[in-house]
Amino acid sequence: MSLYFTKEHEWIRVEGNNATVGISNHAQEQLGDIVFAEAPEAGRSLRKGEEAAVVESVKAASDVYSPISGNVIEGNPALADDPAIINNDPEGAGWFFKLEVTNPSELDGLMDETAYRDFVASL
Amino acid sequence: MSSEVHENLEKLPLDAWHRARGGRMVPFAGYEMPVQYEGIMAEHLWTRENAGLFDVSHMGQLLIHGRNVDAALETLMPGDFQAAVDMKPKYSLLLDDDGGIIDDLMATRRGDGFYVVVNGATKHGDIEVMRRRLPGEVVVDYMKEQALLALQGPRAAQVLETIIPGVSELSFMQGAPFTWNGRNLWISRSGYTGEDGFEISVQATVVAELADAITAHEFAKPIGLGARDSLRLEAGLPLYGHDLDTATTPVMAGLTFAINKRRRAEGGFAGAMRILSELQNGPAQKRVGLEVDGRQPVREGALILDGEGNEVGKITSGGFSPSLQRPIAMGYVASHLAENGTALKLEQRAKLFDARVVPMPFVPHNYHRKGAA
Repeated sequence: MSLYFTKEHEWIRVEGNNATVGISNHAQEQLGDIVFAEAPEAGRSLRKGEEAAVVESVKAASDVYSPISGNVIEGNPALADDPAIINNDPEGAGWFFKLEVTNPSELDGLMDETAYRDFVASL
Repeated sequence: MSSEVHENLEKLPLDAWHRARGGRMVPFAGYEMPVQYEGIMAEHLWTRENAGLFDVSHMGQLLIHGRNVDAALETLMPGDFQAAVDMKPKYSLLLDDDGGIIDDLMATRRGDGFYVVVNGATKHGDIEVMRRRLPGEVVVDYMKEQALLALQGPRAAQVLETIIPGVSELSFMQGAPFTWNGRNLWISRSGYTGEDGFEISVQATVVAELADAITAHEFAKPIGLGARDSLRLEAGLPLYGHDLDTATTPVMAGLTFAINKRRRAEGGFAGAMRILSELQNGPAQKRVGLEVDGRQPVREGALILDGEGNEVGKITSGGFSPSLQRPIAMGYVASHLAENGTALKLEQRAKLFDARVVPMPFVPHNYHRKGAA
């Protein structure tokens, strides 16, 4: 299992051919109280960098981008009724969607956890 | 989610105070201002239940005085300044010659002059307009050395009374001078949240001390701009630059309470011709409150559509209501669609939302009226 991050503050956890995507703790802190989230539908095919999900706080709306290309296996069904789960457990229960990875080499350009924490500290 | 570089922004007298309390500073009205401390939702709900302290020192505090100042102000605004009672703040609007709103403001007769509080983003323009359009013997002084705090919420009177005895005697929309630690304060019972509360004008040099004294009380906390916006939206109060601008008139905006019988009969204010005609015949568009189905906030700029999909207006403010736990919005629609209960569609980022016109405020006002408990 490997964990990667993007500069847009998504995380992606890869297990074999599948991956889970969410937003980082830093991202949820910046957004503040999350009141709405919309995960992509199963079956949707996403390209790397494509808008995959929407997250809205009291303050603002943001897009969540797919860190790599793949086919959506499922969106997190818990987000619709309890979007605050993203604030409470952003890198766990507050995941957004699961992907079947179509191009694993795209992971090469992403940050590992240490690099990401350094990146956030530099902001 | 990039960190912005804040250049050419002014600092509030409480800048260090906000940062020390974890305030997240953002650019607003030419200042760096705290958008939140612990979080907008918690701060909003705290203010509805306790007392929230807002730093509104970015707003412009003016003293306007000189010969016949009341009649002179009546040429720019539709308020009844001649009948204005001493120390009673009144809401009014600075208008252009077409009846468009240059700013909305609070004006209070204080002895020989008027103490006027205008919006932060518009204050320099307002001062310029007033100085240009008022007669030479009327002077507009900008009180740059004054800070402004607002303490809002059902426990505001209880909190402030422990620091400044006597304030709880004020009734809603009444002001008076007070002293605190030998310093002069001007306090009015007024605000922008729909709650009971006070606005306190204080010298910038002592505002940190006063803010410390207030927040030392267990029921008072500092509250940021984010909650100020969600509170005023729930209270149905328009925000200048969003719900009001020079393309809107007081009649379109539903602010006709600010034009009394004498001013309607006599006119004589900027834009009177258009405004009196709108009062008689109705405006083409009206500001309405909207309840949005679902959970997703619909924000400023979204289109308002009628049942056939025709564009009939725009959302001017919208967001998630922390008190109601649902999205609410305000906007302008063609007047025939402004009736309560009218079903409309909203379009945001190519997505449609169902909405209904509802009366404002969305959350009932909780003002302290004379004679009330």
